[in-house]
Amino acid sequence: MPSTINEYFQLMPFLIIGIGIILSVVIEISSKSSKEILPWFSIILFFATALYSITNISEHAVLFGGMVEVGGKPAIFNFIFNLGAMLVVMSSIGYLKKYGTYFGEYYILIQSSVLGMMVMAGSKDILMIFLGLELMSICFYVLAGINRNKLGANEAAMKYFLLGSFTTGFIVYGIALIYGTTGTTSIQNLIDNFGEYSSNIIFVTGLILFLIGFSFKIAAVPFHMWVPDVYQGSATTVTGLMSTTGKTAAFSVLIIMLTSIFTLNSANIFKPYFSAIAVLSMFFGSIVAISQNNLKRMLAYSSISHAGYMAVGLAAANSYSISGIIFYLAAYAFMNIGAFSVISIIEGENDSRTDINVYAGLNSKNPVLAAFMALFMFALAGIPPMAGFFGKYYVFVGAIESNLTWLAILGVISSMISVYFYLRVIVFMYFKDAEENFEIEVAPYSLSSVVISGVLVLMFGLFPDMLLRLITAVVSL
Amino acid sequence: MEQNLLLTYLLFAPIVGSVLVLFFNKEQVKLVRWFGLIVSLIAFVISLIIYFMFDQANPQFQFVNKFLWISSINVSYHIGVDGISLLLVLLTTFLTPLTLLSTWKAIEKNVKMFTFSMLFLEAGMIGVFISLDIFLFYIFWEAMLIPMCFIIGIWGGERRIYASIKFFIYTMVGSLLMLVAIIWLAVYASNMTGSFTTNLLDLYKVGASIPNQIQGWMFGAFFLSFAIKIPLFPLHTWLPDAHVEAPTAGSVILAGVLLKMGTYGIVRYCLPLFPQSAVEFAPVISVLAVIGIIYGALVSMVQTDMKKLVAYSSVSHLGFVVLGTFAMTVESVQGAVIQMVNHGLSTGALFLLVGVVYERTHRRDIAYYGGIAKIVPFYSFALLFASLSSVGLPGLNGFVGEFLILLGSFKSQVLNNWWFTIFAATGVIFAAVYLLWMYQRVAFGVVKNHELADHLSDLNTREMIVLAPIFVLIVWIGIYPSTFLKLTEASTQLILQQVSTYTVNLLK
Repeated sequence: MPSTINEYFQLMPFLIIGIGIILSVVIEISSKSSKEILPWFSIILFFATALYSITNISEHAVLFGGMVEVGGKPAIFNFIFNLGAMLVVMSSIGYLKKYGTYFGEYYILIQSSVLGMMVMAGSKDILMIFLGLELMSICFYVLAGINRNKLGANEAAMKYFLLGSFTTGFIVYGIALIYGTTGTTSIQNLIDNFGEYSSNIIFVTGLILFLIGFSFKIAAVPFHMWVPDVYQGSATTVTGLMSTTGKTAAFSVLIIMLTSIFTLNSANIFKPYFSAIAVLSMFFGSIVAISQNNLKRMLAYSSISHAGYMAVGLAAANSYSISGIIFYLAAYAFMNIGAFSVISIIEGENDSRTDINVYAGLNSKNPVLAAFMALFMFALAGIPPMAGFFGKYYVFVGAIESNLTWLAILGVISSMISVYFYLRVIVFMYFKDAEENFEIEVAPYSLSSVVISGVLVLMFGLFPDMLLRLITAVVSL
Repeated sequence: MEQNLLLTYLLFAPIVGSVLVLFFNKEQVKLVRWFGLIVSLIAFVISLIIYFMFDQANPQFQFVNKFLWISSINVSYHIGVDGISLLLVLLTTFLTPLTLLSTWKAIEKNVKMFTFSMLFLEAGMIGVFISLDIFLFYIFWEAMLIPMCFIIGIWGGERRIYASIKFFIYTMVGSLLMLVAIIWLAVYASNMTGSFTTNLLDLYKVGASIPNQIQGWMFGAFFLSFAIKIPLFPLHTWLPDAHVEAPTAGSVILAGVLLKMGTYGIVRYCLPLFPQSAVEFAPVISVLAVIGIIYGALVSMVQTDMKKLVAYSSVSHLGFVVLGTFAMTVESVQGAVIQMVNHGLSTGALFLLVGVVYERTHRRDIAYYGGIAKIVPFYSFALLFASLSSVGLPGLNGFVGEFLILLGSFKSQVLNNWWFTIFAATGVIFAAVYLLWMYQRVAFGVVKNHELADHLSDLNTREMIVLAPIFVLIVWIGIYPSTFLKLTEASTQLILQQVSTYTVNLLK
């Protein structure tokens, strides 16, 4: 089928970001004041794309001979990616200034990684997925080590790169096996003939390798080893980006790949796999996070356990649980970016002041920051009426609907455990007196990132229908 | 259909108030205090208006408001009151302004946040009592933890952090299992009726048809959550810590209203939703309740700390409420509901009174005091009055509730065993022992510490204003309980009707 000019118009979100990247490079090269321009340019770019995506959700179409999907689910994902990246850029302005380092590449890399995520979420072809994944991952490897003078950042980048390449190996090998047995990389073709292919052991092996690769990317146990060090070592704002939008992108692939496959009866083979990684991730993350004193590391383990809750939804695999995961991802993105923005504000030079005891008495030093941090912690713990609760609720509804009540029970038990370490942050902020005196410099943009995240977390909590209605409308597409 | 929004105003008055508090200047302590008091009084006035407009003969929910809230999981903002919930709402709105007034001296640190927490808490408590959608109920039930955790953790005593975390996690453990049960019920309803729903009135219709064994699990999940909140023996261990470490205002609200949410939950959810299991488990739970009555009383007896003594007495008193509820006769359930109110009033008053001397001397150990009747006569009279009310002296409120519960459980067909009543009755005697003994050691005898004469001043006008309305109600319920019993009668009968078919089956 020849592509028409119309199809290019429908690619609008990709085009906005893509042209934006090129313009950013030009600005960076040619303008002396790129330091001031680039962040604002990125914010506008992300906001425009987010707005465009969310308003064009109903324009669902598959373009270029079944390669790319626009509107529908990808539009929701694009909304999360771009809004998340916008908030991260906002909190980066003050953070980079504090570090005393400025790299124009920083913003360009963020833009490119977002483009990679968008490609992942919008692909209808395994090769496209791989393309997007690599674009995102390579940007992340560089971003993790953007501060090249820091030992921790170097370690994080190296570790991330090595384990990430290893993962890529799994995925490519999986793709090769899939293509080798079926002769196609089109997801639609795979689904249509899934019954026939699934009897082939090599095809199934390929699919499992593919799944394992993405289990790395969503940070699920037992593929989580890179997470704590990378999250702790990277610049805080970058961690905020990786842990939220990066996870969302990986989940978007799993959702796109599996929702259609799961509707087939022969696909029950994945249920034990996802149930297992769900249980392992939930409990491992929650239990290990208890003993963490570094807040970034604690949130890294919490990110592992959140991956577990979302994997419950993958195991349940019905329309409730899939909409649940998408809502959960949105909620998680904003509460986590909010929390990391607060951390980036408190953080001092040389990665100092990321330990929990620094937060002692924060309420008397800066009540606004403390209140927002408390909001994010309660939201992450899944206490209503914050957004995090509805994500969990919806995923558990899906699980019980699919007769996985035991998984839901294990999920709530893990939530009980996790309440402790989230609450611990609040205990330090509100119930203890300050141990050390230091000035908290609150950059206005960072604060606005915190406030916007907080408002979104509350809004999605009090009126979840705004987002849920959009999601449930497109989830079956 | 035109909806009467009074109940919504009642719920949102404290919410709006608490948000407005945030905009006050931190330094304007006096203004914030007055503002908090006025908002809570407005809520009280609204609840009184609802009381006077309430049709007592009608057992159904009144003042119902229903708006679709989350269409994709079919959750509505659905609220309404029947006699039982109205009584508890009145208790909440009655106690909150008094509690706020009682803290004008005691809370100096961060008054703004304290007022915010109290108003937020009030809204949460009202929400729990008036929700007619389980999902909404669960949200209020959980959201209310946040302000309470802050109240204990920020303004509490030495071990406040331990106490607040323990309180928070204990409650979470119960309620998260309840969440699974809620979802399961909603899914079950969608299989039975075709629509996924958490509407309580719809669930009442399907609840009884749940297969017996699963119904037991569902009942268990709900009951565990409520039993922790009550707290029923042996899940009571958070209570002494939370009560002792919480500031006076926290203890009053905790004892006065929060514990009632557990017993209210049993009456509103456990009995009518899972009637078969409720009847089946009634004897076992009643045994625990009776153990709680006696255990709480015995432990109270040996306490050296006044606040801890009152805290353990709650375990004993709430045991009566649970016994009355599971005896499932009209008398006993009505007695249980009135006993919830009684406990809120008398234990609330006792905590306030302990707080009064603590504010002045910063000591709570009984041994420190002695002979204070000579130094502070008004205070001693008030303490005696509150103790006697808690003991259950005929003519005061406690007697009415306990008598009805004992009477009802004696002739209960579900329990069908006199021993429950006989053992429970000993709790009344023990109550007299520990409270009067404490009173004797504190108020009578020689003045032990002469420094007390300097430190201890009698009740001031503000404290009398706080206590007077409580005492009026104590006498009112004691002398003319019909005012309150009439309010709950029709609704109680309706709930028992839902259970009764299974009672009859069981007896066959």
